[in-house]
Amino acid sequence: MTPELGYAATVAALVLAVYGSGAAALSAVKGRPDLRRSSERAAVGVWLLVMTCMALLIYAFLTFDFSVRYVAANTNLGTPFYYRITAVWGALEGSIILWAFMLSIYTLIVVARYRRTQPQLYPWVLAVMLGISAFFLLVMTIPAPPFERLSPVPADGRGLNPLLEDSGMITHPVALYLGFTGFTVPFAFAMAALIIGRIGDEWITITRRWTIVAWYFLSLGLLIGGWWSYHVLGWGGYWAWDPVENAAFMPWLTGTAFLHSVMIQERRRMLKLWNLTLIILTFSLTLFGTFLTRSGIIGSVHAFSQGSVGQFFLAFLALVGLGAFSLLAWRVERLGAQGELDSIVSRESAFLLNNLFLVAAAFTVFFGTVFPLLAEAITGTKVSVGAPFFNLVNIPIFLALLFLMGVGPLIAWRRASAENLRRNFLTPVGIGVVAAAACRLLGIGNAVVLLCLGLVAFVAATIGLDFARAARARRRTGDGWLDATWGLALRQNRRYGGFVVHLGILVLAVGVAGSQAWSTQTEVTLNRGEATEVAGYTIRFEGLAGVEESNHAKVVGTFAVSDKHGPYTVLTPAKKFYPQEQTPIAAVDYRLGVLEDLYLVLGEFARDGSHATIKVQVNRMVSWLWMGGFVLTLGAALAILPEPRRKPAVARAGQPATA
Amino acid sequence: MSRASSLLRWMIPLAVVPVLALLAYGFRTDPREIPSPLVGKPASLFTLTAFDGTPVALASLRGRVVVVNFWASWCYPACYEEAPSLERAWKAYKDRGLVMVGVNYQDKDEPARRFLSQFGHSFPNAPDQGSRVSVDYGVYGVPETYFIDRKGRVRFKQVGPVSDQLLKEQIERLLAEAA
Amino acid sequence: MRRVALFLVVALVLGLGAFPLGPAIAQSPAPSAQAPGAPLKPAPVAPPAGAQAVSEDTVHDVAAQLRCVVCQSLSVADSPSEIAHQMKDIIRERLAAGETPEQVRAYFVEKYGTWILLAPPRQGFNLLVWVVPFVAIGLGLVLVFVVLRRWSRRPASTAPAPTLDPAMRARIRREISEGER
Repeated sequence: MTPELGYAATVAALVLAVYGSGAAALSAVKGRPDLRRSSERAAVGVWLLVMTCMALLIYAFLTFDFSVRYVAANTNLGTPFYYRITAVWGALEGSIILWAFMLSIYTLIVVARYRRTQPQLYPWVLAVMLGISAFFLLVMTIPAPPFERLSPVPADGRGLNPLLEDSGMITHPVALYLGFTGFTVPFAFAMAALIIGRIGDEWITITRRWTIVAWYFLSLGLLIGGWWSYHVLGWGGYWAWDPVENAAFMPWLTGTAFLHSVMIQERRRMLKLWNLTLIILTFSLTLFGTFLTRSGIIGSVHAFSQGSVGQFFLAFLALVGLGAFSLLAWRVERLGAQGELDSIVSRESAFLLNNLFLVAAAFTVFFGTVFPLLAEAITGTKVSVGAPFFNLVNIPIFLALLFLMGVGPLIAWRRASAENLRRNFLTPVGIGVVAAAACRLLGIGNAVVLLCLGLVAFVAATIGLDFARAARARRRTGDGWLDATWGLALRQNRRYGGFVVHLGILVLAVGVAGSQAWSTQTEVTLNRGEATEVAGYTIRFEGLAGVEESNHAKVVGTFAVSDKHGPYTVLTPAKKFYPQEQTPIAAVDYRLGVLEDLYLVLGEFARDGSHATIKVQVNRMVSWLWMGGFVLTLGAALAILPEPRRKPAVARAGQPATA
Repeated sequence: MSRASSLLRWMIPLAVVPVLALLAYGFRTDPREIPSPLVGKPASLFTLTAFDGTPVALASLRGRVVVVNFWASWCYPACYEEAPSLERAWKAYKDRGLVMVGVNYQDKDEPARRFLSQFGHSFPNAPDQGSRVSVDYGVYGVPETYFIDRKGRVRFKQVGPVSDQLLKEQIERLLAEAA
Repeated sequence: MRRVALFLVVALVLGLGAFPLGPAIAQSPAPSAQAPGAPLKPAPVAPPAGAQAVSEDTVHDVAAQLRCVVCQSLSVADSPSEIAHQMKDIIRERLAAGETPEQVRAYFVEKYGTWILLAPPRQGFNLLVWVVPFVAIGLGLVLVFVVLRRWSRRPASTAPAPTLDPAMRARIRREISEGER
């Protein structure tokens, strides 16, 4: 019953989406408000039907309905109930539903917010969004139907991929997809603007918050992915330049570039063509990312693909890329830049350089990811492009971006005078140099790390300096301390939200540099009761125990850890044996700390528990990545606060009114 | 607008085409299938001890056609599918100069022996402790099968399970050649 | 002056954050061959008796250039899998027997093909992947420079004063009075 209902809902949603898209477009062309209202109702219908699909699928999972092939493939009788819910998006078909679901919600929000306020753009925005929803629903109908029947119905399912049985599984895809789908809205507005020929700055002003929110969720998704990789996969790292990691990273890079360059368009009316290009690129890259995961053309840990899904995505990618860029080409003469600068040294140049480096990084990642294909096409041999390449090219780029992060917000628009440069940068540069020197004296020898830390200090100083100056100026006009600092941040929340986000990136940068340079690992075999010493920790092997869980068996090793202060913790890394998996899965145990994490992986062991091999890692500064993510969250939240209501100007006694 | 820039603007969408073409090409390739550089080269010599204790040395097999099959008990379903074919081919050609050797890759003693007794392999099978032989043959997954001619050169590598048909073709081709 | 002092403190705190790590730091090799976040320096291991002493760092360096065959994108140095472990043993053995790191790498390439290297060798067609990104950045810098020059040469007076619609006017008024920079 469930498969049939679900399939019917999918097809109905597809039909509604196609109809709604056409009706919205037609309503714009012919000026027919009745068609527009009809398409809005269609959007609501799509949302209801997709939600029904999700509900049906969750129900099927919760009730162990193995007549649904997708359920049987991704869960078994032993799967715990919360993983049965997250298993919904644990594989290909479910991930498409998740995407379609988020898209339908965003479409509804667009309907609610803009139907009255943007009468000209809105019908086209709706048409584009419903059109994109239609594509995903099409994928759900033909190549990747989640409600395919399995017959005969098996007694038990295969089970969820054990690597996905983790809290990261609940949040990572959701955050990532909220980011990906979030970029659909600015893209749709850009398309609408191009279609009706009103390519002023409106579409940017309207979508500003959407962009920040989408960017934020994408960042969050990437960070959670790194966290998941770190604490589940057992290699102690958080980023491997895996093709699918890269595929999510590229839209983040161009999305960040877009986020910054729209500020130039807002302030100086420049870069219109470039901003449109960037949003088309960003949206296309989100599609490219999903294409990569689902087509199987590049092998990856993430790849979960089969069948003709890849071809569908490639076709859609072609449609979007060719279509959007053709629209752009069609309207190109209306996008003349009215750029005016008085000097090359100015904030505009800093932003342009920021864009250049971000797009260059995206290009590098793209080129490196598809190069194996290119090499095979041209030379016939297979090559791999991995970390050594990506690090070599990207590290200088990111260092340059760090530098720009300090320069950009403070340098003057149009022309930076020597006075402006001196006033804003002399102290921070000094601080940066002092910090680098201090680090060198403390024994840090790696030039890249030194440069990174010096730059971090420089940027932190610029932010602090700017904030302190502004707060002091407010103090001078009579505001109390609280109002001067806190109120300042709230009043100019866009600016200071951006600063806080930059601070988050700084914390992250310190984490990356530190973990790269200062982490150690070692492997040791211990007999029961024997201890070893690693980096100040004494680790004693206490014994092994076998444990039966609902869907797997595991062997747990107990290791007592003490440091120079005494007993520190007991770590229990394990090896999990799932019946459906060919090799055992390592379950890492770790203790997190602000400066360092102790990380233990169980390797080979004797059946009788007489000895065991462990890999011990002391990963330093990794927690700074997650802390940076937290700061990032605060900054993004600050940046999207609604504009402060204009308080009626209150004249203080003897002072001019300050807004 | 001048004609040149009028045409030039269509370069923007056209620039997308080569990328799409490259991605489409990707459908024709399989990222997991890596052609072996060992084909045509002399096969690496090895000495292993079979599960029943007898030594297996490639050097002593010069002059005969050797099929080396890498397998594992956890390699399901592929190794299980091809195992009967291997035994059949062994029985059919062993009196005509074929030697078949199974190498157990990344496995444990007990499950491996169970696998062997399940299929009743009568040709020598040896565990590859430390995977030295597997790396020497560029093995990156199981099952993989190498066909070595009478002169000791690798002539063909099959990634994935072998079928009766494939075994027949390759073995007969190599048996027909002079030592 | 007080302000300067405050920020010196901030910067020093950031710098001093490295202090507890100072004693634990020896020579850190450049991170070029590592995936970000991957543990970099293995603790020393006693070499097997009778063999040439092999530094774990060297083993690690060579392993970091080879691709783990069962994982995707992880190096042999990072991978927790058993085969990676055994490949590291092979590397150690060969280095101990007197081979140079290049020879060990060449051995793996001989067996697996160029694919086993985590980044393609810098020759032939593969040179392209190493060169193109830098060329692209170079071209980009030139382009940015050209655009900036063009913008800064255009005199402000020739641009017609844009007509403001009331909404824009109100917005300008609001922004000015808010004191946004």
